[in-house]
Amino acid sequence: MANGHYFGDGLTYLDPSDLKGKLIAIEGTDGVGRSTHIESLQEWLEVQGYGVSTTGWTRSSLMSKTIEMAKQGNSIDRWSLSLLYATDFADRLEHQVIPALRSGFIVLADRYIYTAFARDKVRSGDSRWIRDLLGFALVPDLVLYLRIDVETLALRVIETKGMNYWESGMDLRLGTDLYDSFKKYQSLLIEEFDKMAEEFRFEVVDARQSPDDIQEALRRKIQPLLEGTSKRFGPPALVEGSPQK
Amino acid sequence: MTTGGAGAGFDQPHSYPGKLIIVEGIDGSGKSTQLLLLKKWLESKEYKVFFTEWNSSELVKDTTKKGKKSKSLTPTTFSLLHATDFASRFYHEILPPLKAGMLVLADRYVYTAFARDAVRGVSPAWVRKVYRFAARPDLAFYFKVPIDLAINRLLGGTRAQFKYYEAGMDLNLSPDITESFRIFQSRILNEYDKIVSEYDLTVMDATKEIEVQQNEMRRIVAEALANYKPKRGTHGKRTLFWRRFDVPRSE
Repeated sequence: MANGHYFGDGLTYLDPSDLKGKLIAIEGTDGVGRSTHIESLQEWLEVQGYGVSTTGWTRSSLMSKTIEMAKQGNSIDRWSLSLLYATDFADRLEHQVIPALRSGFIVLADRYIYTAFARDKVRSGDSRWIRDLLGFALVPDLVLYLRIDVETLALRVIETKGMNYWESGMDLRLGTDLYDSFKKYQSLLIEEFDKMAEEFRFEVVDARQSPDDIQEALRRKIQPLLEGTSKRFGPPALVEGSPQK
Repeated sequence: MTTGGAGAGFDQPHSYPGKLIIVEGIDGSGKSTQLLLLKKWLESKEYKVFFTEWNSSELVKDTTKKGKKSKSLTPTTFSLLHATDFASRFYHEILPPLKAGMLVLADRYVYTAFARDAVRGVSPAWVRKVYRFAARPDLAFYFKVPIDLAINRLLGGTRAQFKYYEAGMDLNLSPDITESFRIFQSRILNEYDKIVSEYDLTVMDATKEIEVQQNEMRRIVAEALANYKPKRGTHGKRTLFWRRFDVPRSE
């Protein structure tokens, strides 16, 4: 990362300026196909000889189970939920992302702080607290935003895995049933992402295209970042979400 | 929309009908004993009192335990886990009784995080922002004690040995756990001194006799409650809602 820096109040005990790798965040609402595309990107980068490490929202060894359990209950409040996500994020950042970047890896992050920004904003109407809370995040070299409209998204989700409670924002009681609630909630999220796309200069990719076209577009956006990066033919890629002890 | 009905947040006094009284101090300062005695007194005056203590929510208990055991907690995750615990208790235990007009007594509050996390190397400005959703206490007591007296009280009484994180062993201050405790808690005392002036905490001389301190504390609380109109319940205590106060417990 040229000039690695934190989003806000950072980790005072960790200097980010000497991180050699690249941090690429892939954002977009539920069901736009982020994980599939990340797999293909990893393959593409590794074939070229880059070391790749992937990390995903709620995948830390410290927090993943706790978050699962908290979501199963029905009494989690806005602050605790955001703080659980923040703890998961911090654990992965310090134990996985920063070490990988220090060793020159390209880190592909499946969701990043912007997901938390959108979700908390939709729930509270306030964006200051969540942005302060996640101030210790590294600013990514590139944010790829898989953009979709809510009509296409709803069809796609029904066709594949179905709608679930949290992805429908049922805790917000936005609609009378799962479908209405899903559409309202996801529209609000998309609206937030669209605003952030301008504010934080996301690279927007149209996720209504065919998977091949999306992948092609993602690669085109990543390519300029690679030029000037020395390839690493050293250590094999880390296993996705590998637990760190 | 506001922050989920949180009221003013930490920057201004809260506007709930209840009152929030908190105690702060390092382990061995005697703050929990004093709060227990205060609670007995308030209850004898028929006030509706609700008690809550630091690091006691079910939400992150197992995670904190796991992280401590594997020693994988960083200053930031340590801080965030405690903030999560606090948020959950604030939402479920502190806010409802405050809104209902009760007296809430808290053994440790956000200042504990401000002091400890700063010593662990987390940005002091950041920690203050994280806890911005908390209600500002109506009364905040700080029990000030010299480090040696605290150590003597702890080793002479409740504890044979200090625990890893409470002694700040994660900071590699000293291989000897008692020495590490001394250094770590001394630094926390320094942080508390700064916090006392920043937030105007009421300082109690924790070297005095227990009953002398308690009389002083009751006098101050009585003054603060002069204009407080307690809510009268229609029934006796609901034991399911009231948590029992057992032996004072640190951490």
